[in-house]
Amino acid sequence: MGKEPVAVVGIGQTKHVAARRDVSIAGLVREAAQRALEDAELTWADIDAVVIGKAPDFFEGVMMPELYLADALGAVGKPMLRVHTAGSVGGSTALVATNLIAGRVHGTVLTLAYEKQSESNAMWGLSLPIPFQQPLLAGAGGFFAPHVRAYMRRTGAPDTVGSLVAYKDRRNALKNPYAHLHEHDITLEKVQASPMLWDPIRYSETCPSSDGACAMVLTDRAGAARSPRPPAWLHGGAMRSEPTLFAGKDFVSPQAGKDCAADVYRQAGIADPRRDIDAVEMYVPFSWYEPMWLENLGFAEEGEGWKLTESGVTELDGDLPVNMSGGVLSTNPIGASGMIRFAEAALQVRGQAGEHQVDGARRVLGHAYGGGSQFFSMWLVGAAPPAS
Amino acid sequence: MPAPRPLRDIAVVAFAQTDHRRTSDELSEVEMLMPVLHRVLAQTGLKTSDIGFTCSGSTDYLAGRAFSFTMALDGVGAWPPISESHVEMDGAWALYEAWTKLLTGDADTALVYAYGKSSPGSVRDVLTRQLDPYYVAPLWPDSVALAALQAQALIDAGDTDEPALAAVATRSRTSATGNSHAQLRGSVPQGDYAVRPLRTGDCPPIGDGAAAVILAAGERARELCERPAWIRGIDHRIEAHGLGVRDLTDSPSTRLAAERAGLFERPVDTAELHAPFSSQEVVLRKALRLDGSVDVNPSGGALAANPIMAAGLIRIGEAADRIRRGDSDRALAHATSGPCLQQNLVAVLEGEPR
Repeated sequence: MGKEPVAVVGIGQTKHVAARRDVSIAGLVREAAQRALEDAELTWADIDAVVIGKAPDFFEGVMMPELYLADALGAVGKPMLRVHTAGSVGGSTALVATNLIAGRVHGTVLTLAYEKQSESNAMWGLSLPIPFQQPLLAGAGGFFAPHVRAYMRRTGAPDTVGSLVAYKDRRNALKNPYAHLHEHDITLEKVQASPMLWDPIRYSETCPSSDGACAMVLTDRAGAARSPRPPAWLHGGAMRSEPTLFAGKDFVSPQAGKDCAADVYRQAGIADPRRDIDAVEMYVPFSWYEPMWLENLGFAEEGEGWKLTESGVTELDGDLPVNMSGGVLSTNPIGASGMIRFAEAALQVRGQAGEHQVDGARRVLGHAYGGGSQFFSMWLVGAAPPAS
Repeated sequence: MPAPRPLRDIAVVAFAQTDHRRTSDELSEVEMLMPVLHRVLAQTGLKTSDIGFTCSGSTDYLAGRAFSFTMALDGVGAWPPISESHVEMDGAWALYEAWTKLLTGDADTALVYAYGKSSPGSVRDVLTRQLDPYYVAPLWPDSVALAALQAQALIDAGDTDEPALAAVATRSRTSATGNSHAQLRGSVPQGDYAVRPLRTGDCPPIGDGAAAVILAAGERARELCERPAWIRGIDHRIEAHGLGVRDLTDSPSTRLAAERAGLFERPVDTAELHAPFSSQEVVLRKALRLDGSVDVNPSGGALAANPIMAAGLIRIGEAADRIRRGDSDRALAHATSGPCLQQNLVAVLEGEPR
């Protein structure tokens, strides 16, 4: 007997903002979970287990916060797992939850990821001095900027590409009521005129710090049959990891990312991702990562990713829309960012993405990465149940 | 209601652990972990690249830095890239995640590891950061004080008394004389009160350590191990966080997890309990209905060595080793997390009939 098919039947997000001073951490996560349950038209009693993820505990200063959050998430008397795989955690958390259903351990699982970054200072949460180790160079941008520069040198991409991505994502965010940044007066010129933070990354090409949570209700075939709204079906999911630093690591296009995508495509029967996948929610915290990941994920040949971006293919009305929701560039509650990608992919194939819906999206990829481009998690969801 | 029998038989086929010590200043976490990884792989002849799935358990708050587990992963040798995940929980829960992964059929083998160095900081202070961050943690109630609250509740309920608690501690550390990895062995004085009614002898040693387990499914397990320790059931449950809403003399989450794991279907001969405080063994014995016929904590348990984040995984490894050696036919292993046994995992392990 093969794996149990897994379906997404409920999705909930908070309105992501810089600081949710009106709620505690518990209040924040419960809001997203409640919305996911309402979407699925289920109650807390229908949930068999809870799988929760977030990025480092130092971001809020609570060690293993799942213990404190058990009550808020209706987990008392139930199994509760806590996943932590750095920036990819939102995606990994969803995948751990899918395994509980695919392995027939549970029928219906609530999975949730969050970050309440306003409770502390994320940049310093990432900048603890460790002897004999390379510091993160004043936040993540300092770590990633040299790799963006390497990409530009390697491919000959003109230095205008990054701003095109940021301009696109910020405009897409205007169509997403849950997105953090709603810059109604955004122009390409404003992006290009914004201050240089970590050359070549400009201020408007970076992600914000957000408070937010994202939740999903996952269920088995029987649960999907009872769903009041169209489910999104899991067609493939995978995680891959490689060491942070080693001679021979390709920071521009890590092997773990390529392997992870290949595993997902094999499971989903995707022969040509550019043709077979309708849209992508991609983890792009700095704008240049869109062309970089287009290549890493097999949507473009090496060196060609920036051409897709430049020609408008990744626009909301393009041939391969990327980050219809506005992406990480518009909303970044770090621990939740990966799950938001996965959830937005599911929203698209359910036809429930509202103003940022891609017409006829049948198969959509959700992508997350973390660490020093070290951890990858991805899933591909479809409007139709998987073949087997 | 017992859980349905898993679709695939999965077993513990190898286990290794460090010698647990009060301090390991001269070692990084990776240096502490790597010999354990090498030893557990050597038991099966597998290499990192042969393993289908890898999962670890640890906490940034012991390391004092964000993303501390990323460096441990480097020690695994994750190249070419591996299928891997991490829980910010005791390694017993990493094993649970790996078990579910094997159930899906996506992998046939899994490497599970966990580590924790408590020595660089004050673990009593560090663990207060687990508590409700708005109402409780600012008061800094430490882990020993909370355990003492539970011990006093047990005494008040007539479930135990101080001599009985001392007997638990003495029995554990006497058993540990047979465990070369244990930190506290043999005759250990019951000592002065740490927090009344708990004496230092009722409390676990603070120490550094790591552990690793290899799981395998079906025939693969038989190829890798002469007598695999089959996981017949495994389940975990969590309770409310607030101590004021829990009956501290009972552990309903342990009982429920045990039911779901099939513990009560047939007697076990061995129980490895993760009871860091002597008083917690009293609670667990009641919840798990253990009588004098069961050999409880033959390794010495957490009172002999309690490397935080690895101690629960070690219980599973110790129970599995008893089965693999032929000292046990059916054993239970238990892991806990959170203040006063808030979250509990129960696994039932069996060897094939001899």
